[in-house]
Amino acid sequence: MRYLFKTDYRQDTSLWRHRGDLFWYGLLGIVLLVIPFVLGEFYVGELGGVFVFAVAGVGMMLLAGYTGLISLGNAAFLGIGAYTDAILLSHGVPLLIALPVAGLFTGLFGIAIGLPTLRMSGLYLAIATLAFGSIVGTVFQKWEAITGGFDGFAVPAPDIFGVPIQNATGIYYLSLAVLVIVLWFSANILRTPLGRAMVAIRDSEISAQSMGIHLARYKTFAFALSAFITGLAGALFAHYVRFLAPDAFDVLLSVQFVTIVFVGGLGSLHGVVLGALFVRLLPQFIAIVRDDLPFGIGRMPGLEPSLYGLVLVIVILFEPGGIYGRWIKIKRWFQAYPFKRRTSFRRQKSYARSERLR
Amino acid sequence: MEDAARLLQLVVNGAAAGCIYGLIALGFVLIYKATEMINFAQGDIMMLGGFFAFALITHFGLNYWVGALLAILLTAAFGFALDAVVLRRVIGQPQFAVVMLTLGLGFIFRAAAGITWGYDSVGFETPFTNRTINLGGLILGQDNVSIIVGTVLLCGVLYLFFSHTRLGIAMQASSQNQLAAYYMGIPVRTVFSLIWAISAGVAAVAGILLSPVSMIDVNMGFLGIKAFAAAVLGGFGSIPGALLGGVVIGIVEQLAGYFLPAGFQEVTSNVVLLATLILRPQGLFAEIAGKRV
Repeated sequence: MRYLFKTDYRQDTSLWRHRGDLFWYGLLGIVLLVIPFVLGEFYVGELGGVFVFAVAGVGMMLLAGYTGLISLGNAAFLGIGAYTDAILLSHGVPLLIALPVAGLFTGLFGIAIGLPTLRMSGLYLAIATLAFGSIVGTVFQKWEAITGGFDGFAVPAPDIFGVPIQNATGIYYLSLAVLVIVLWFSANILRTPLGRAMVAIRDSEISAQSMGIHLARYKTFAFALSAFITGLAGALFAHYVRFLAPDAFDVLLSVQFVTIVFVGGLGSLHGVVLGALFVRLLPQFIAIVRDDLPFGIGRMPGLEPSLYGLVLVIVILFEPGGIYGRWIKIKRWFQAYPFKRRTSFRRQKSYARSERLR
Repeated sequence: MEDAARLLQLVVNGAAAGCIYGLIALGFVLIYKATEMINFAQGDIMMLGGFFAFALITHFGLNYWVGALLAILLTAAFGFALDAVVLRRVIGQPQFAVVMLTLGLGFIFRAAAGITWGYDSVGFETPFTNRTINLGGLILGQDNVSIIVGTVLLCGVLYLFFSHTRLGIAMQASSQNQLAAYYMGIPVRTVFSLIWAISAGVAAVAGILLSPVSMIDVNMGFLGIKAFAAAVLGGFGSIPGALLGGVVIGIVEQLAGYFLPAGFQEVTSNVVLLATLILRPQGLFAEIAGKRV
């Protein structure tokens, strides 16, 4: 077991806990860069999809996992980002400009939805964002002059400095790059006073307020940030699917994002990537084992959403820390072997926090 | 004259749809008042209630009234078990964990219903199907009228239950102050499970009343989203508010479909919901005064 001796205040805010971290992340980076040369086109494409969803998951995690605000309307942000990017590209704007502009434009929507929802807490916020998402979804369907309605919208193939990005490998590297930047950006934000303020709001609004944190400002910021990142993901999503259909951005997609955050583990950036892996690879896994399942379970329609639901329920009931939380526990078990005790990870006795008396 | 009749027709249809929203919203409000949870699976419980009635009446050949009553009891028992087995475990977790949990449960219910009864719309013969009554020249479908009458009757029964029975008063007490209710010897946990049972039963009533108007299918639970608008409009803490909110939403929706271009009808309930939350977050019929810090 490694013991961390802190000899410098800067160690508290450093990106790496120790040299080992640097080594393993470096190794992971090299593996990810090499993967397209080793695996087939199909798997590279699927991994690209995982990265796109991981970017959207980071947006959700900053909001739900770190600020404690739940949104069931993030699919709308994804859609706004996707259509903005696609429309800009079809007007001849280069990708390197269209991508951030799509993010910023979506961020404006984030502020627009963030401001009026400031006064709402927990449940009302979930309902309000659900309504927002469903309104935006209907707008995508009906505003045919812009979105093409149900005829769909073909996304032009982008290029960066003349290098066309059209096959799965191109999308893979593009989304990997964006994911790394977004993760690094989020990790940095979380180390600043701003990120600390977000976490404080999550843990207790009253104590955050008494510590001088301007609730309205930081909550709006969290919404804008989440929308910005989800908008970036939307732009990537547009290139990933290449053809935008308005009914792709429905409530189920928002639920998938929240599933990423919950299954991966609330309040950790590692969890986002693990959750995205889970959410994107589950359908593939089902497709592979479909024929081998007994009683024709694999052929039942509606299997996937019910599995998402089931996993969500199981995770919330039995492992609120998600995949990452479980991983930490396993790691500790080995590190402390044989000193694991039954009480090592026992959660404190918890009580319902009333919203009425806040 | 014809316009006025048409308008009245729309209002009655809207009120009937609104009663359904109101009944689902009533389920939200009952649970929210007691446990501060929101049951996102309420619409799916309504769907289950409808399917239970369908199975009992069509497959087992029961009389409509007997089948409906049994279906309501079954759904209520299901609601009781849901709280006792699943939801009680998440007390103390962040509130959106409950939101996600009930959303996940909704997915599971939908899949279970789809596997058991198939994904096609089904219906069963009711005493109200395809009949009309003539009220002074105004021709109304008996199905719509049955919804309105059924809702009013159910509300009367619930009102008497909550104000005049021991158990009803115990439920009110536990909703107002859990700790004090414990001290008074009320078995709060059982009472909460019973509240879940009542709200599931109410949802089943909604599903059964709705079945002659629109068929029962797996996705009818999405009506629950419109019921949110009803509950929020009513202030989310007020039972009459939820019902009135439902009726208002139903009527506004019908009128929007008539007067505004296509596409507006689908978003009306959501627009009303957002507008309420922004302009008057405490709802039209607020019961809970400002928050104390």
